[in-house]
Amino acid sequence: MQFPVTARRSDNTPDSSTLGYNYRRHLSERFIEAMLFLTAFVSVAITLAIVVMLVTESLSFFKHVSLWEFLTDTQWTPLFDNAHYGILPLVSGTVVSSAVALLVAIPMGTITAIYLSEFAPFTVREMAKPFLELLGGVPTVVYGYFALLFVTPLLQKIFPELPGFSLLSAGLVMGIMIIPYVSSMAEDAMRAVPMHLREGSYAMGATRFQTAVRVVMPGAFSGIAAAYILGISRAVGETMVVAIAAGMQPNLTWNPMEPAATITAYIVQVSLGDLPHGSIGYQTIFAAGLTLLLITLVFNIIGHLLRKRFREVY
Amino acid sequence: MVKDFSSEHPVGDVSPSQYKSEVRNLSFYYGSFSALKNINMMLHEKKVTALIGPSGCGKSTFLRCFNRMHDLYPGNRYMGDIILHPDNVNILSRSVDPIEVRMRISMVFQKPNPFPKSIYENVAYGLRVRGVRRRAILDEKVEDALRGAALWDEVKDRLHQLAYNLSGGQQQRLCIARALATDPEILLFDEPTSALDPIATASIEELIADLKDKVTILIVTHNMQQAARVSDYTAYMYLGEVIEFGVTDTIFIKPKNKQTEDYITGRFG
Repeated sequence: MQFPVTARRSDNTPDSSTLGYNYRRHLSERFIEAMLFLTAFVSVAITLAIVVMLVTESLSFFKHVSLWEFLTDTQWTPLFDNAHYGILPLVSGTVVSSAVALLVAIPMGTITAIYLSEFAPFTVREMAKPFLELLGGVPTVVYGYFALLFVTPLLQKIFPELPGFSLLSAGLVMGIMIIPYVSSMAEDAMRAVPMHLREGSYAMGATRFQTAVRVVMPGAFSGIAAAYILGISRAVGETMVVAIAAGMQPNLTWNPMEPAATITAYIVQVSLGDLPHGSIGYQTIFAAGLTLLLITLVFNIIGHLLRKRFREVY
Repeated sequence: MVKDFSSEHPVGDVSPSQYKSEVRNLSFYYGSFSALKNINMMLHEKKVTALIGPSGCGKSTFLRCFNRMHDLYPGNRYMGDIILHPDNVNILSRSVDPIEVRMRISMVFQKPNPFPKSIYENVAYGLRVRGVRRRAILDEKVEDALRGAALWDEVKDRLHQLAYNLSGGQQQRLCIARALATDPEILLFDEPTSALDPIATASIEELIADLKDKVTILIVTHNMQQAARVSDYTAYMYLGEVIEFGVTDTIFIKPKNKQTEDYITGRFG
């Protein structure tokens, strides 16, 4: 076999007589590198600033309230005369509303992703995706009133004893709100699974559904896990829906049929009030905020570990 | 120009019952593009048949007709028959379920494509999708298939490790084991060694030689030496047609067709 033997040199490059450093090129490259670094650094710096602010303000809070009381007291009444500083009621509200939301968002989001990625014909997918994105683009305050004024009355027809504010109603609507986040990320992950893996499965006599569940989903595991983690973070951090529809009374309960406040709802409530700067009531916001940050951090770490454990290698 | 090779019996007196499959007037269209034109040939039972020809000649397209892979994508159309013996059914018929076809005709792909599962679960996959749950049956079939693919000794102590930890050649043998686990009647190979190094290639070729005692094999290869080494029959394809089909030795030593000769001797393609 013969190969053409031609020198690969572009004709418009002048032959340089010296091979010394081109300082101008070198400098501009360094300048660009510095700009890129600074831009990337901004978000890191802001994150650090937030953490520092939360921690320092929380530290002065914990000078007045012991960590033990904060973690074990079952009442959260920082603005009352008889003040209690137990975070548990807020945590329970957050956990219950998020759990309800995820019970909606994870199955619905996953099923939607499987349908769109593995079953939907091209035209259906192209039509369904903008609608899903629209669902994600609705302002959360609209979802809040949707929960309060539409879903709650509807639920009261099924459960007559349901109060006007409830974690159930807020959680359900929050779940609907999160579906597009979960489904679009999970769908992207599934569609990134190479075609030759699917063909391998079909060639073994698998059906479309078997292929989706047994090959595509495990293949997209880390992306799907990331989608779930994002959904959890959204649910835990969601503010408007729970502030409007779940009531704002801190209430240590695991029953979704009751009203309760979440960490975020409490922060909104107190931030809007006129608490003197530096007062202990004011500092509770930061302690609550730090708790929230730690919860989401835990999920992000879990997500990171899952991703590392099940990294895609096709 | 219609070439009908089914009237030729390249090795002496072969009765039709020794054909595993007969292809009759097969044409195939991607939309309006005619990718295969009126193909007639047969697969001899428990022999290796190789498809050779330049890139784009339709060899992979032809191979993928045998397990109805083209049904996965819209706009594809088959014409003609691929008769599977001894049942004497046309697997391209509309009344035939492509999933049933794939349960009897397995395929090994160009690039090793193990699933993101353990070695064991990869081999058990075909059985699991058929609803086999009994551990004892699965264990036995997995071991048999891995032995059949000459991989058992290398992986028997790490059956539950992720398949991606294997080398490229081992992954391809795993894919062969996966295809064997369901006791297929025909095994399709689509350039199975094109992504492998020469040593892994040699082991796959050796395996193919062993496998033909048990199963009828159809292999696409762009490596003519490989076709000469592993196959009993060879079909030379060009632009969607089978130009020449016959006993491999004849095709390589004394091809009847000038074009085949040019391709085989490297003057073309």
